[in-house]
Amino acid sequence: MQTYVFPMLILGGLGLFFGLLLAFGSKIFHVDKDERLDLIIDALPGANCGGCGYSGCAALANAVLSGEANVNACPVGGAKSAERLAEIMGVKAEPTFKMAAHVNCRGGINAKRKFEYDGIMDCVAASKLAGGPLECAYGCLGYGSCVAACPYDAIHIVNGVAEVNAADCKACGKCVAACPRHIISIVKDPLDVFVSCSSHQKGAELRKICNIGCIGCMLCQRNCPTGAITVTDNLASIDYDKCIGCGKCVEVCPRKLIIDAGEHVVKIDAE
Amino acid sequence: MNLTHYFSLSLSAILIENFIFVKFLGCCPFFGVSKKTDTALGMGVAVTFVMTVASAVTNLINTYILKENFAYMRTVAFILVIASLVQFIEMFLMKSMPSLYDSLGIYLPLITTNCAVLGVANLNVSNGYDFISSVIYGFSAGIGFTLAIVLFASVREKLEYADYPKCFTGFPIALVAASLLSIAFMGFQGLKVF
Repeated sequence: MQTYVFPMLILGGLGLFFGLLLAFGSKIFHVDKDERLDLIIDALPGANCGGCGYSGCAALANAVLSGEANVNACPVGGAKSAERLAEIMGVKAEPTFKMAAHVNCRGGINAKRKFEYDGIMDCVAASKLAGGPLECAYGCLGYGSCVAACPYDAIHIVNGVAEVNAADCKACGKCVAACPRHIISIVKDPLDVFVSCSSHQKGAELRKICNIGCIGCMLCQRNCPTGAITVTDNLASIDYDKCIGCGKCVEVCPRKLIIDAGEHVVKIDAE
Repeated sequence: MNLTHYFSLSLSAILIENFIFVKFLGCCPFFGVSKKTDTALGMGVAVTFVMTVASAVTNLINTYILKENFAYMRTVAFILVIASLVQFIEMFLMKSMPSLYDSLGIYLPLITTNCAVLGVANLNVSNGYDFISSVIYGFSAGIGFTLAIVLFASVREKLEYADYPKCFTGFPIALVAASLLSIAFMGFQGLKVF
């Protein structure tokens, strides 16, 4: 009797006591939780990359639930997750474009160097040393801080310059944050044309230090049929709302730095 | 039981018989949550709280319900207490301190499986501590845990910039650092004067 019944009574009693305590506690400390939250978290990729601007997928799910963020806010999930989120939230998803990162520099082996850098192979470290080893103050240093930051292995150093593989890129923006030169931007993909230079240096000076940089010759601005290109501070920029993708600027650019997204790598002899 | 007794009790739990460095209890969260000082501190505070309350409740259960007859049921009963406590704290934090709840994340429910908490409950019994001594011992053990994990987290943050052989990257160097800290804590053995 004592050997079998008492232990059962004691443990059963303890279990009952704590069970009641927890049941009681869950009533007192009840927090209203929307059941759609778990559904939304399931529909998101779960990479917790922070590309949406929130601290993780769960934080975005909360924001979507409160109406703070749009259902298509996740750049990684893209149209697929937007569709499922819209279904859960009972709204219609607006069409999303695939976004991708682009490095606005084609310097690399085309750019002249001030000195041979032999320090830590990291762009932030390199840029701290006398403004970086490149003569150009805007160009890609090519030490791969963005490569290390990319969680999807979508960015690599090709010919001394970071190159995004748009097919792998999920537009999470990690590389944008990692780049000390601030020359990576998130743009629509496929994008018809883009200016692959970030230098605001005057044309004559720039010619001396880079074989490929934008010299601000205004040819593209003059030849654009829709007025989508403007040259400000010696650098051409394209207004993608106006751009019709005619390719005129690609033809006229004497430096061949306005390029089709189709042909990512421009082949220029480095001498 | 006078003040000196309580002082020596807490001193021994914090330094001389530190749960992590001397007794080697609770090593899982010690290595798992010690990458950043902030989270380490949060974890330490949560563990301290659970240890203190668990010491009090398990002491009462052991003295008034289990006694000597059912000593073999201690582990089961203590685990029940600890699990319920953690669950209760989780609900409490979710309601009243959602920001702390979010920052602790998965580590909060993981306190349930932290052997240092069960260890402190068992040590209270085997050392024959009364109620007040148990609570003080539990609280001091938690402080010792917090001290250890925060110290180790700050060492690990510095390790990021240290120059050590590449093959030691990650856990190997963390284990080496932990053993050195542990050796340092062995020096407190000399404090055993009370």
